[in-house]
Amino acid sequence: MIKKILFLYLILLPINAFALIEVDITRGNLNPLPVAVSPLSIDENSRLSFKKILDREDIGSEISLIVENNLRTSGLFNPLSKDAFLQAPDIANLKPRFEDWNLIKAQALITGKVSYINDKLRVEFRLWDVLAAKEMMALAFTTVPTNWRRVGHIISDKVYQRLTGEKGYFDTRIIYVAEEGPKTQRIKKLAIMDQDGFNNKFLTLGNELVLTPRFNPTSQIITYLSYFKNMPRVYLLDIETGTQEVVGDFPGMTFAPRFSPNGKKIIMSFAKDGKSDIYTMDLENRIVERITNHPSIDTSPSYSPDGKFITFNSDRSGYQQIYVMRNDGSDVKRISFGNGLYGTPVWSPRGDLIAFTKLHKGKFYIGVMRSDGSGERLLTENYYQEAPSWSPNGRVLIFYRETKTNAKGEGFSAKLWSIDLTGYNERLIKTPTDASDPSWSSLLSN
Amino acid sequence: MRLNKILKNTLLVLTACLVLSACATKKEVTDTKGQMQGDVYTGTDTVKYLADGVPDRVFFATNESILTTASRETLRSQASWLRKNPSINVVLEGHADERGTREYNLALGERRANAAKDYLMTYGISSDRITVLSYGKERPVDSGSNPLAWSKNRRSVTVKAN
Repeated sequence: MIKKILFLYLILLPINAFALIEVDITRGNLNPLPVAVSPLSIDENSRLSFKKILDREDIGSEISLIVENNLRTSGLFNPLSKDAFLQAPDIANLKPRFEDWNLIKAQALITGKVSYINDKLRVEFRLWDVLAAKEMMALAFTTVPTNWRRVGHIISDKVYQRLTGEKGYFDTRIIYVAEEGPKTQRIKKLAIMDQDGFNNKFLTLGNELVLTPRFNPTSQIITYLSYFKNMPRVYLLDIETGTQEVVGDFPGMTFAPRFSPNGKKIIMSFAKDGKSDIYTMDLENRIVERITNHPSIDTSPSYSPDGKFITFNSDRSGYQQIYVMRNDGSDVKRISFGNGLYGTPVWSPRGDLIAFTKLHKGKFYIGVMRSDGSGERLLTENYYQEAPSWSPNGRVLIFYRETKTNAKGEGFSAKLWSIDLTGYNERLIKTPTDASDPSWSSLLSN
Repeated sequence: MRLNKILKNTLLVLTACLVLSACATKKEVTDTKGQMQGDVYTGTDTVKYLADGVPDRVFFATNESILTTASRETLRSQASWLRKNPSINVVLEGHADERGTREYNLALGERRANAAKDYLMTYGISSDRITVLSYGKERPVDSGSNPLAWSKNRRSVTVKAN
C-alpha cells in the first residue's frame, strides 16, 4: 500500500541571488512566520472526478488544509485565516498580487492547482516570498488519487525544507501501541497512523500483549515485543504483507528491540537468570552476537546513526544509568551523571544528541544530552512519561504520558505527545484510543 | 496439624522479625494500616493461596529483587508444598510497579521472578518445574498511583502451570 510510487518531477526552480525569508529552527520560535496557504484551485471537471473517486467535496482545499495543519503544528509557522484572503486561488497561483498578501501580513504564500489527468492526481504548487515579491519554489507531482493526503505532506516537507534549510518530517508515519480497558487488564494492539493522526489502522487484534514497536529506518518492517503464547519474544512484522516471524531462537525473554541504522540487524536484550544482556541478530545470515556480558540489567540499546556506537541502559552502577560503547561492546562509558535515574536512551538521527527519560524525586522528564554526556537539558516534566522517539530530521520528539489515578485507582489514561527539541511546542497527538510506545518512521519519500 | 504448627512458627518468626526491625529502625515509615514495612508490602489483600497456608506471592522494595525474611518464609512453604506435589509445575510471574521505564521494568520483573526461582531451587525444587515469566509493569493488581498500590504491584507470583 505504501509502495504506490509517487511520481515527482520538477518544473522550475529559480534560484535568486539575494537572501529570501528564512526560518531559524534552532531556537524556540516565539514568532512563527505568518504564512498564507491559499486553497489549491481546481477546475470543475476535476473536482467532480475526485468527488466520485475519493468522496471528497473539494480536494484542492483539503490538500491545502493538510499543509496548513502541518505547518501550524511545527510551531515555526503561523498560517493565516483564509477569511482574510483577497485573491482567488486560481489567479493567485498564476501571479499573486503581493500587495494584497502583504496587507494581511503574510510573509510567505503557498498557491497551487489540482487536476485530474489520465486517471491520475496532478498537483502543482508554488511558494512565494511576499515581501520580496518573488517565487521561491515551484513543483508538480503526479500520483494515484488515493495518495492525496501524502501529496499534502510532501508539499509541507518541501516548504519546510525551503524555508528552514532542513528536511521536514511530515510525510511520515507513527507506529504505536493502542491501549484499552482497565489498567490491571490492558488490551494492547499495534497501530499505525500518518504523522498527523489520519489513516489510523490496527495491525494486531489484541489477543496478546504487544509492546515497543519500532520502525526499520529503511523499509516498512517493524520489530516489536509480543507475548504470543505467553512467551515474550521479539518479532518482525512486515506491514505491507502482514507476515510475522520471531527473531532468533532464545530460550527466554527477548525484548527492547531496535533496528540498526542500515536496517540489517536487530539489537535487543535477552534476559536469563535475572540478568539481561544486549545481543544483535543479523537479519540476512541470522548470526547472533553477544554485545554485553555483565551480571547487571543491560537494556534499551540504540545505535548511533553511523552504526559505530551503541547507547544503552544499565544498572551496573547500582541504579539505571545511560552508557555508550562501541558496536562490538568494547569501551563502555557511563554518560549520565546527574541526580536521579536515567533510561530509554535513543540516539538522534543527526548523531549529536541522545534523548532519554529521567526519573528524579517522583517526577519523570524527557531530556537530551550530548553523546559524551555533556549539555543535559530537560524538555518536559510530568507525573509519568517515557520512551522518546525522534522525528527523522531530529527536531521533534514523540513520547507517551500516563496520568496519575485517583484514590480509587480511577482516571488512568495514556496519550502520545510531541515536543520540539527546543523544549517549546508541546502537543497532544490525538489517537482513537489510549496510546503508548510511539516510534517515528523515516521520510516515506525522497 | 503439622501445617498449623509450621504456620504458628512462621507467625512467631515473623512477629519477632517485625519487633526486631521496628526496634532497629524506629523511624521507618509504616503505613497507617500497617500494610507496609519500609516500602515492602506486608499485607494480605491481594494474596492468594496455592494450598492452605501457602501464599502465592512475595513482595519487593522499590528497584530491588532481594527477598525479605517474610518472602523467604513464603517461598519455603511453597517449596515444601511443591515437594509434596511433585507433578505440579509452576510459572513465576515477576512484576514491577508503574514508576519505571517499560523496558527496564521487564528486566526487573525477570530478575525478581528469578530471585524466587533460585530460592525454590535451594529448597530442592528442580529448575525443570519452574518457568519464569516477566510482565514488567504491564499487569498491576492495584491500579492506584500511591506507594501502597505500588508495593502490592512489586511482586513475584507463583502460579500453577498444570
